[in-house]
Amino acid sequence: MRITCPFCGERELGEFTYLGDAKPARPAPGASEDEVYDYVYLRDNIAGVMDESWYHGGGCRAWLKVTRNTLTHEISAVEPAPGAGARQVAK
Amino acid sequence: MSQSHRLASGGLVDRAAPLNFSFDGKSFSGFKGDTLASALVANGVKLVGRSFKYHRPRGILTAGSEEPNALVELRTGARREANTKATTAELYDGLEAASQNRWPSLNFDVMSVNQLFAPIFVAGFYYKTFMWPAKFWEAIYEPAIRRAAGLGRAAVVPDPDHYDKAWAHCDVVIAGSGPAGLAAALAAGRSGARVILCEEDFVPGGRLLADGGTIDGLPAAEWLARTLAELGSLPDVRIMTRTTLFGVYDGGTYGAIERVNDHLPQPPEHQVRQRLWRIVAKRCVVAAGALERPIVFAGNDTPGVMMASAMRSYINRYAAAPAKRIALFTNNEDGWHTVEVALGAGLQVAAVIDARAEISPAHRSLASKGGFPVLHGSVSGVDGGKTGVRKLSVSLTGGARAEVEADGLAVSGGWNPTVGLTSYHRGRPKWRDDIAAFVPDGAPPGMVAAGAANGAFGLGACLREGFEAGAAAARDAGRAGNAGSAPVADDEAFSLTPLWHVAGKGKAFVDQQHDVTASDIELAQREGFESVEHLKRYTTLGMATDQGKTSNVAGLAIMAAVTGKSIPETGTTIYRPPYVPVAIGAFAGHHRDENFHATRLTPLHHWAAEQGAIFVDTGLWKRAQWYPRAGEKDWLESVTREVKAVRGGVGFCDVSTLGKIDVHGADAGAFLDRVYINTFSNLAVGKARYGLMLREDGIVYDDGTTSRLAEEHYFLTTTTAKAGLVMQHLEFCRQVLFPELDVQLTSVSDQWAQFSIAGPKTRDLLKEIVDPSEDLSNEGFPFMGAREVALRGGVKARLFRISFSGEMAFEISVPARYGEAMARNLMIAGQPFGVTPYGTEALGVMRIEKGHVAGPELSGTTTAADLGLGKMTSTKKDFIGRVMAGREALVAPDRQVVVGIKPTDKARRLRSGAHIIPKGEIPGPDNDQGYVTSVCFSPTLDQWIGLALIERGRERIGEIVHAHDPLRGEDYDVEICNPVFYDPDGGRQRG
Ligand SMILES: [Zn+2]
Repeated sequence: MRITCPFCGERELGEFTYLGDAKPARPAPGASEDEVYDYVYLRDNIAGVMDESWYHGGGCRAWLKVTRNTLTHEISAVEPAPGAGARQVAK
Repeated sequence: MSQSHRLASGGLVDRAAPLNFSFDGKSFSGFKGDTLASALVANGVKLVGRSFKYHRPRGILTAGSEEPNALVELRTGARREANTKATTAELYDGLEAASQNRWPSLNFDVMSVNQLFAPIFVAGFYYKTFMWPAKFWEAIYEPAIRRAAGLGRAAVVPDPDHYDKAWAHCDVVIAGSGPAGLAAALAAGRSGARVILCEEDFVPGGRLLADGGTIDGLPAAEWLARTLAELGSLPDVRIMTRTTLFGVYDGGTYGAIERVNDHLPQPPEHQVRQRLWRIVAKRCVVAAGALERPIVFAGNDTPGVMMASAMRSYINRYAAAPAKRIALFTNNEDGWHTVEVALGAGLQVAAVIDARAEISPAHRSLASKGGFPVLHGSVSGVDGGKTGVRKLSVSLTGGARAEVEADGLAVSGGWNPTVGLTSYHRGRPKWRDDIAAFVPDGAPPGMVAAGAANGAFGLGACLREGFEAGAAAARDAGRAGNAGSAPVADDEAFSLTPLWHVAGKGKAFVDQQHDVTASDIELAQREGFESVEHLKRYTTLGMATDQGKTSNVAGLAIMAAVTGKSIPETGTTIYRPPYVPVAIGAFAGHHRDENFHATRLTPLHHWAAEQGAIFVDTGLWKRAQWYPRAGEKDWLESVTREVKAVRGGVGFCDVSTLGKIDVHGADAGAFLDRVYINTFSNLAVGKARYGLMLREDGIVYDDGTTSRLAEEHYFLTTTTAKAGLVMQHLEFCRQVLFPELDVQLTSVSDQWAQFSIAGPKTRDLLKEIVDPSEDLSNEGFPFMGAREVALRGGVKARLFRISFSGEMAFEISVPARYGEAMARNLMIAGQPFGVTPYGTEALGVMRIEKGHVAGPELSGTTTAADLGLGKMTSTKKDFIGRVMAGREALVAPDRQVVVGIKPTDKARRLRSGAHIIPKGEIPGPDNDQGYVTSVCFSPTLDQWIGLALIERGRERIGEIVHAHDPLRGEDYDVEICNPVFYDPDGGRQRG
């Protein structure tokens, strides 16, 4: 598999680490135990297109949101995490 | 020796380059350009192996990588390689090969009595045999079957050769250099595409090498030479021979194995044996051709029975005659080429047995000219044995029988396109009635099949399809040059009457490598294993090293016949890579032995090695474990000396392996507050604090000391083991969870060499190292102080007054390039104080004496409170893991918590891993109350001590419990105690 990092370009799978479902959002401080429990343990495992968190540890160390079809491994979009930096570096 | 079956002329072998080789200890000669199989054929050798289950004599069936029978042990000693196909092994001078699966010799094999016990070995015999009493199985059947079944022997010593892994990138990768592949390469190369053409043979050309033909008005050989010259002149076309494209992976990544030096006795110095390629290509053209398929009939495994196309390869390409008097059994037009070729080479043709109703007038006249009969019917039996075919029984259409005397039988049952590569992403090929074969039905993205691999069997069609596919692939890859015109050749008529299985007496083999017969398939059906996936596993059809290349389609055709279904209804099994066996060594590449993973050396490593340090592997690191001195009898004596030296004077330890992260930014403190359970935003500049991190599920993740070097600059350390993971975790927190914070992380683990300097004389030693202007007094640099200092000579260092040993101690970081010089200076400056370098073992002893937790306690199951660190938890802020750490079970009063233990018998040695059981009870899972996590011999207390996780341990200080160690067979009593064995008030580290 190959992932196109917004910062580094197309790179091979071995440079990346998979975390999983990118959808769960960390509850705000003061959230109930149930809300946090759901955040920590409930994950979608979709047979089809899903957003996933991947880490480009073998490259720029950006966390990426990768939209991938888990049946075909086709990657339709790669977005940097909100705090990963500007998507386009000025040329 | 004379090559009795070598033809007087022709072939692509170099008669000026004779090569000597041995097979089963007997000497032969061949020529450069031979395979082992063609050289054996040229020497009239027909018997080359014994079969898997029945030990039947077997010969050479094919001339390619689909070979099921002619498997040998190639080379000897450490390079001995089992199950090597004689049909692809290139001959070299001095080659040594041995037949397999026979004892004591190929000619006299006692295991051939297995044929008498054949009922045992029918389909499903593993499953049926397993149902016998277990004892019987283990004692008698398994050893017997293991000896009887199986193929070659692997080398039993490490492989002395090197294997490489490499990447390549191109526009178009092409599998196969037959007419379709060459035409594709021409079109793509002329268009300006970067092309890699992989050919598993050592000579490009594919079937052109054996079948010839006329292309663009030239004889095939001339066209081939001209085409290779043109491709060679294109700078971006690379032809890789001896390279099999074996798999396709996501994102246009292809696996290929290059047999770089398999054709030599051993690789030349500094060269690899094989190279595993990962080829990234925008487009792929599969021009992998088709494989001729056998017809299943009784005795079809007799040596001398050979695929018709393979016979043409041996005669035309290798100038070796597989037999002197040949019969052909065919169900199609193409098989007749073998007759033409045999006659052309001056061989006798005994008869043609053609299963079709109609035979072309041209072939009729060929028969009358050649003086051989054409029999309408099928071969139903073979008379012959280990010396090969002697006589054939023929069932004539209409019911009469005939016999044909011949010493070789060419068989053609039609052709199966090579649909592996196109089907590896769970694609299923589709059935085409007109050629009675499966063809690709779609392919992974970017891939297309062309030529015979796509069911186009004529030479003209192959060239046309290949050329079009190559041009399209180049265009799709953005290369729009002029492809010129396609090579032209005539198409031939294709006429085939499907025939899979001829009824007859005797074993008729479908899968020759696994000894699966037609009756095994019928039996599987009777026993309910009708689905092709069940059929495969029950009979082991297609599961040998050839992956059923010559057997799968015939097997499912026979299943279709017995179930009354059509072949497409019966379907195929799933295709999986690799297309040919690939050595595990090639997948490993250079990652073996000491290069299995990268080795990280600290900046002090060479100095420590000079000191005679014993190193221990810690993840990727080599860490100095202890520094033995002359006369010390074991590690314990060295470690004990090191501990005493530190506690009584001063020592230093290399702690460069700790993870080190610079945290910068206006929100650095706020960020750390969210990732640690305790607070860092209120840490004063110039101070250090111990921090504990949780996972979001409330379990302890990592610990370490973090210092505030400036208002917006913290320096964070992690454990050695978690250095990379903590960095990844913190980046996740920074980028994904808290992007609103103004904070940046920089890994500086490799930038600093870090030393722990400990012992009552630490300050005396440091004064010799640090610039005299720096105040190191207790007031000027108090416990948990942290700041940048200048060293004598001006180097800037980071100095931290922290202690892991419990002694008066500092940690000092110097730029990595000064690490070794620093160690040497410490030794020189410390001489008056008896400075002693100590290793990780002494470090561990002192941390256990001091009751500090480390890796064994941070086990991924413990909470902060379990570790006795619950009081650090801030209740005033949110942090990772806070809410989940409050779950009922994680705060339950009966959790296992860290305590100290001492043996009641002071002379007793402790061992970690022992289970803690209430005294007087019989050990069992119900009363298991915890386990010993860390132990050491404490020189300070002069006895073994340990840390343990024990249920309600802190309420049980003073209680005697039982340590049960079933692994080592030890049982003894220990007393639960305070985990801080040494200086519980901490006076020494503050002094
Ligand atoms: Zn990147």
